[in-house]
Amino acid sequence: MAARTLTINGTLISARSNETVLEAAREAGISIPTLCHLDGLSEVGACRLCLVEIAGSPKLQPACHTTVTEGMEVQTDTPRLKAHRRAIVELLFAERNHICAVCVASGHCELQQLAVEVGMSHVRYEYLSPDCSVDISHARFGIDHNRCVLCTRCVRACDEVEGVHTWDIAGRGTNARLITDLNVPWGEATSCTSCGKCLLACPTGAIFSRGSTVAELERDASRIATIVAARNERW
Amino acid sequence: MNRLKLATVWLGGCSGCHMSLLDLDEWLIDLAAHVELVYSPIADQKTFPEGVDLTLVEGAIANDEHLELIQDVRERSRMVVALGDCAVTGNVTALRNPLGEARSILQQVYIEHGDPRGVLPSTPGIVPILLDQVIPIHMIIPVDLFLAGCPPSGPRIRAVLEALLAGTPPELAGGFG
Repeated sequence: MAARTLTINGTLISARSNETVLEAAREAGISIPTLCHLDGLSEVGACRLCLVEIAGSPKLQPACHTTVTEGMEVQTDTPRLKAHRRAIVELLFAERNHICAVCVASGHCELQQLAVEVGMSHVRYEYLSPDCSVDISHARFGIDHNRCVLCTRCVRACDEVEGVHTWDIAGRGTNARLITDLNVPWGEATSCTSCGKCLLACPTGAIFSRGSTVAELERDASRIATIVAARNERW
Repeated sequence: MNRLKLATVWLGGCSGCHMSLLDLDEWLIDLAAHVELVYSPIADQKTFPEGVDLTLVEGAIANDEHLELIQDVRERSRMVVALGDCAVTGNVTALRNPLGEARSILQQVYIEHGDPRGVLPSTPGIVPILLDQVIPIHMIIPVDLFLAGCPPSGPRIRAVLEALLAGTPPELAGGFG
């Protein structure tokens, strides 16, 4: 595999030619915030938190979906990027009803942690306060649409790792909602194997194990990558 | 030495942020040497005074009384701090927002789920009138500092107060919930 040499924030680093800017940055110990990215799953570039500046390109590029090239000059932490990231996290908070104080995932939530990382002291946008449902028709798990950020990590974990594709998204824009099978209650979705990979993959308190209460939901999303690595490398 | 004029205000919240303030225990005695508590739910003062240096606001804007008081708070305070998640985001107080306007909420609570069936509360001039939506205070007035948390812990409130008393930028580490 050919090597590529590039700079990230002025630091010279080398990466394999098929690596993304995100992978190269992380290997070099440079942190870029992400939300829809999960090790082991394909990239969708949906959340835009990993946007970086690349010299010569007027557009910001998602680090998770941009392959390194020779001589590339990447900036990951400029005032412009910081402002965009904070705005993105604020918009996520404004779009649904994220009430950390009464959420199962409080203290173990990637969105809550992101708010701290990007310095979100408050939300400058008007809250939409949509009327969202909670589906607890499944015997073991529940889905609270109030907490969903539409990252599609559950959709990809279910499709790519479990090989089932129970989850998908219906609707557009602020009306987009996660659905199971052809928009039937989760408990009636016959394709679901109850494997729980969607629960592992979810970054917030949207998908939860039934019976867990405030701040109780601890998960290890890296188990998805472990499963994928075990398969690919035939452990 | 002139003591700093401190006020604390309790709007649409559970009083937990004030409990957290009281959780500072004996440090409150040290604090008393530096501040004069001019208005607070724990002080006997009916109207919000003029010339306040620092006001900590707990709670969201949920009724017409809050809406009126927060204007006085802003006009008469040099610095306003949003204390805790309800003041900063609406939080639990704003859980009713997706359920519709105030009248519909009252209908659901007092009539549909009332046991025995109640009547809609109507006490003009006594019980404040609910707003249709609960809103964070920065949507109504400019806020100088946001201290999130449900509640913010005593040590975090203390760190902010110590910094403000010393005239240094406060450390706002920690997040929501």
